[in-house]
Amino acid sequence: MMRNLDFDVVIIGGGPAGMAAALSARANGASAVILERDVRLGGILNQCIHQGFGLHYFGEEMTGPEYADRFRKLVEKEDITVMLESMVLSLDGDKRVTVLSPTEGLCRINAKAIVLAMGCRERTAGAIALAGSRPAGIYTAGMAQKICNVDGYLVGKEVVILGSGDIGLIMARRMTTEGARVKLVIELMPYSSGLKRNIVQCLDDYDIPIKYSHTVTRVEGSPALTGLYYAPVDENRRPILEKEQYISCDTLLLSVGLIPENDLLSGLNVEMSGITQGAVVDENRMTSIDGVFSCGNVLHVHDLVDNVSKEAEIAGKAAAEYAKNGGAPDRDYVSVRATDGVRYALPQRIGKGEGKVKIFLRVGDVYKNCKLIAESGDKTLFSKKFMVLAPGEMGSLEIDRSLIDGDVVVRLEK
Amino acid sequence: MIYDCIVIGGGVIGTAALDRLARYNLDVLLLEKEDDVASFTTRANSGIVHAGYDCEPDTAKARFNVRGNELIWRDAEELDVPHLKCGSIVVATAEQKNRLEQLKQKAEKNGVEVKILDREQTLAIEPNVADGIQYSLYAPSAGIISPYQLAIAYADRAILNGAKIELSSPVTEIKKVEDGFTVTTTRGEYKSKMVINCAGANGAQINELAGAEHFETVYRRGDYYVLDNSERKNVHTVIFPLPTAAGKGILVAPTADGNVIYGPTAVDTADQTDTATSRESLDSIRANVPLSYKSAAFNKCIRVYAGLRTLIGHDFVIKQSDVLDGYIMAIGICSPGLSSAPAIAEYIEDMVISKLNPSKKENTVCIMPRHKRLMELGDEELDSLIAKDSAWGRIVCRCEKVTEAEIVEAIHSPLAATTVDAVKRRTRAGMGRCQGGFCGPRVMEIISRELNIPLNEVKKGGGASIARYRVKEVE
Repeated sequence: MMRNLDFDVVIIGGGPAGMAAALSARANGASAVILERDVRLGGILNQCIHQGFGLHYFGEEMTGPEYADRFRKLVEKEDITVMLESMVLSLDGDKRVTVLSPTEGLCRINAKAIVLAMGCRERTAGAIALAGSRPAGIYTAGMAQKICNVDGYLVGKEVVILGSGDIGLIMARRMTTEGARVKLVIELMPYSSGLKRNIVQCLDDYDIPIKYSHTVTRVEGSPALTGLYYAPVDENRRPILEKEQYISCDTLLLSVGLIPENDLLSGLNVEMSGITQGAVVDENRMTSIDGVFSCGNVLHVHDLVDNVSKEAEIAGKAAAEYAKNGGAPDRDYVSVRATDGVRYALPQRIGKGEGKVKIFLRVGDVYKNCKLIAESGDKTLFSKKFMVLAPGEMGSLEIDRSLIDGDVVVRLEK
Repeated sequence: MIYDCIVIGGGVIGTAALDRLARYNLDVLLLEKEDDVASFTTRANSGIVHAGYDCEPDTAKARFNVRGNELIWRDAEELDVPHLKCGSIVVATAEQKNRLEQLKQKAEKNGVEVKILDREQTLAIEPNVADGIQYSLYAPSAGIISPYQLAIAYADRAILNGAKIELSSPVTEIKKVEDGFTVTTTRGEYKSKMVINCAGANGAQINELAGAEHFETVYRRGDYYVLDNSERKNVHTVIFPLPTAAGKGILVAPTADGNVIYGPTAVDTADQTDTATSRESLDSIRANVPLSYKSAAFNKCIRVYAGLRTLIGHDFVIKQSDVLDGYIMAIGICSPGLSSAPAIAEYIEDMVISKLNPSKKENTVCIMPRHKRLMELGDEELDSLIAKDSAWGRIVCRCEKVTEAEIVEAIHSPLAATTVDAVKRRTRAGMGRCQGGFCGPRVMEIISRELNIPLNEVKKGGGASIARYRVKEVE
């Protein structure tokens, strides 16, 4: 017989987003369960043994496992149910979650509200249709990180990295300190998609060269990688093959983008954003399905885990209130639109009312000496000059909701 | 000991032949040069069971394709190999209709049922054909099958019925001796009354080693895109363009595992190991797919791959050697080789019977129930499996929902899966959209545990490790 369980708030995913959402839901009076597929809470933080977490949230700098542990202890202190090695197989429109675990078997959990906190996955060599052979030695940066930091093995010693996302940059440093030689980082765009601080601390400090506006054209070697060809790209990001060069290597790590893992929603009619690849949400992080909330990297890829935790608290609190009240209050919404250099702004909808609302955003290019503006009707809600805005850093602005007069437009003025 | 038959090559032809010979009171051995069967041509092709309408009439291709199509569905049922008889269409514009008529005439000569459909009838079968398509040639007997799972299942059943398989055993020498052959590999020397050359891309070289007939070989590479399984709902049948001299053209097809493929291209190459995809070739798929299929979604690509066709003249070469008694060859097996495999195996069986006149074994294994995939199991069935072994409740590959129990089972199957790739081909762990990014290290751990080898000795496949070096020790 399948077990049936009831909870006010079911949180899918026990990484930083899931843990913060659960704590916040519990603090607001809801019964909560975290469904985590791994053997421990913490998600990808458990393999991020470098420093740089927690400065904004805890006011001190710590490693990923330390940050996760801080939250794990808080979760353990509270009356929060945690189901480990528990994989959600399906989620239906009536907020019924089917979950499978080796200890509990199949369970059906009936939720009053759901918080999606499944995180993201890495784009692969297959996803970018990397041409050439298919040898051992080509991995996503995160997989190499897991093998290095959790299992204690190095995947290779002569490394090229394609893409300059944060995990790729972190792994450039990590492989170097483990005795590997990182020969080159190749980035398709004219700028890095990672944090500036990681370019400085992980590449510059170790004299690791990075070539912007270049890409890998093909890889060689079988059964193991022996080298690859790379070339500069034209303005349409197509490689200029006459300028192709060879570099020998036994490892190619990919850091070419993160994709929110929303596959669980494929059967549901959730409104999705083509840009964030996450759900479209209101300021409470509620999706287009009443009572289903989304936060963390499954909603949009964040730059800092601190921002994930803060966002998850919003979702957890709103989910608890939704569960308590048996629904969300009827409100009028305005849309938030991103334009003129702003790639996206989130939340995409704001309910009219009082108080401040924070809007997160990313820009589509590197912009210098520009002004970030949020407007509604003919009112300017926010305006601030920036020396530089880059795609790798998540921006934010705060607006006063009472001033909203129609849709909110977030844009850059150069 | 002296074997009755040595089969050289563990592709779908060699394993199908071995499976048939294992039902007789014969000592049979298969020698495979790679670390798993289905490691080269059988691993990388379209996975299509062709109807047989486009083979030149009165060729071996026509004969074995049509007979193979009759046999393969039964084999797939017995062996529980993923398959679907979903039919195929060759699509054409209004101006190209006469080409369909020509194909239809060939089909009739080959004894294959086909129908020419107008646009409306075509849309009823495949709503996503391109807007310019006005007609199609529909072949209801065509379908799809997992080629590597078919070969693996043949190999497993053959082993259960008493056959032997030696992996990682490239043949280095074949000597004709009195009453048979001595076959030498990098790992040993074997005597056999008969030798059956099913060596795929190496077929002509094996003939040379044995001193059998000489053949010139042409290698023709084909590149493919594999699409996310979310695209499966858009493809209902196998969609071919009109065939050309180079082959059947760039098709759009569902795969038996639930993905969609676009490809193959046809690029002649001198290198018989060349399965590297090329940008130009992949670009030509991008250009061609929209001509026959309107829902192309290259942004849903999860993998690209390439396979090699091995061509000897214009037809298969399947015969007893004219110069070496007891030496059979089944070489030059390009398309429709997969579709023909059970029929080629049947023909090899007949040749061996007429030579050695063996009796049939009693009580051979026929039905091979594969464990259902997690998502195919009913709730009760799954719960009772978990009650016996909790590993059925532990999902390792989240994209394809593969449990630890299935992986352990593959590692201990009759032909043991000892590499990450071998586990992948048997269970699909690592074949989903994250391409093993999450489950790869877990699969390595399970292989390491089950085979009791350190993690750095777990191979991806082809002899290469993934976790190569230990990190620095902490003092």
